[in-house]
Amino acid sequence: MAIAEPTNPAVEISSAMPRDYFALLKPRVMSLVIFTALVGMLIAPISIGPALGTIAILCIAVGAGASGALNMWYDADIDAVMRRTVSRPIPGNRVSPGEALVFGLVLAGFSIVTLGLLTNWLAAGLLAFTIFFYSVIYTAWLKRSTPQNIVIGGAAGAFPPVIGWAAMTGSIGLEPLVLFTIIFLWTPPHFWALALFTADDYARAGVPMMPNVAGDRSTRKQILIYSVLLAVSGIAPWYLGMAGIGYVIFATVMGLNFIRLAWLVLQESSEGDNKAAKKLFGFSIIYLFALFAALLIENVLLRML
Amino acid sequence: METGKQIELTEQQKKSRRARNIALALLLAAFAIILYIGTWAKFGANILNRAL
Repeated sequence: MAIAEPTNPAVEISSAMPRDYFALLKPRVMSLVIFTALVGMLIAPISIGPALGTIAILCIAVGAGASGALNMWYDADIDAVMRRTVSRPIPGNRVSPGEALVFGLVLAGFSIVTLGLLTNWLAAGLLAFTIFFYSVIYTAWLKRSTPQNIVIGGAAGAFPPVIGWAAMTGSIGLEPLVLFTIIFLWTPPHFWALALFTADDYARAGVPMMPNVAGDRSTRKQILIYSVLLAVSGIAPWYLGMAGIGYVIFATVMGLNFIRLAWLVLQESSEGDNKAAKKLFGFSIIYLFALFAALLIENVLLRML
Repeated sequence: METGKQIELTEQQKKSRRARNIALALLLAAFAIILYIGTWAKFGANILNRAL
């Protein structure tokens, strides 16, 4: 085939390996999405069976991955100046922005249509809205314009259990909305703890994260406020009859530890090494996994007894 | 723009292209299997119950 010589062959001819495309899906975020969606599905009173259930989870995971790819496409300029993201496929020159955009759009389309055809269109609509919310509302709009970016944007990460529930039942109930609230309130202390020890990175990239806009002290206070709200919302599944005594004891202990770590973050000097903030960030990931796992274990056990 | 000139792919480009092709083929096959299993799981034997 005779074709024109491109101006820059290194850019025109891709050297991307499949793992580079896989990295565009943000696999670590995806694992949290898969898990929370699975909990939403398994606590639902109606089941669509293991085969369709597995396909639904796969669709939600791929949809979340598509949002990740679209996010990396739009944020390539920010990623290139931040230490944490500089080695991502686009700033690393392994995948071109155009390839990432098409990859994200194709995966989004396939995951939404497959979920709609094989489960129901409410679940597919929610998945489509989540992808739109994360890529357009959060990534393209809020992230660069307000320090409340991750507060409002957190809704995108909170949707998976609602989609999981909707895939099973064809409706939205109070139970998945409680799970939504937990993830929604978890997002600010999780990301602001990270932002405290990566503030210079965000400042260099021009992203208005809370520590850069409202200051270090204010961020630490807000982390504590959200941690208290989170700990209270963590108990809500028991109050609403979704979980038993084992869960509420576990959620209370975990919630109190979350507040304790947030208190230590507040006491910490902004001039220090942010040890408390790093500790809270690490614990926040364990907290969400553990709380949802407890809910899942108790629900499955209760159903078996 | 000069035409009629072949582009020689480097070894790395050939290797990555082959890996991408294999990955894409596997994904398409998986997608076909997912639709097949999903259709049976959703409709079961009712898939045959339609006006001819």
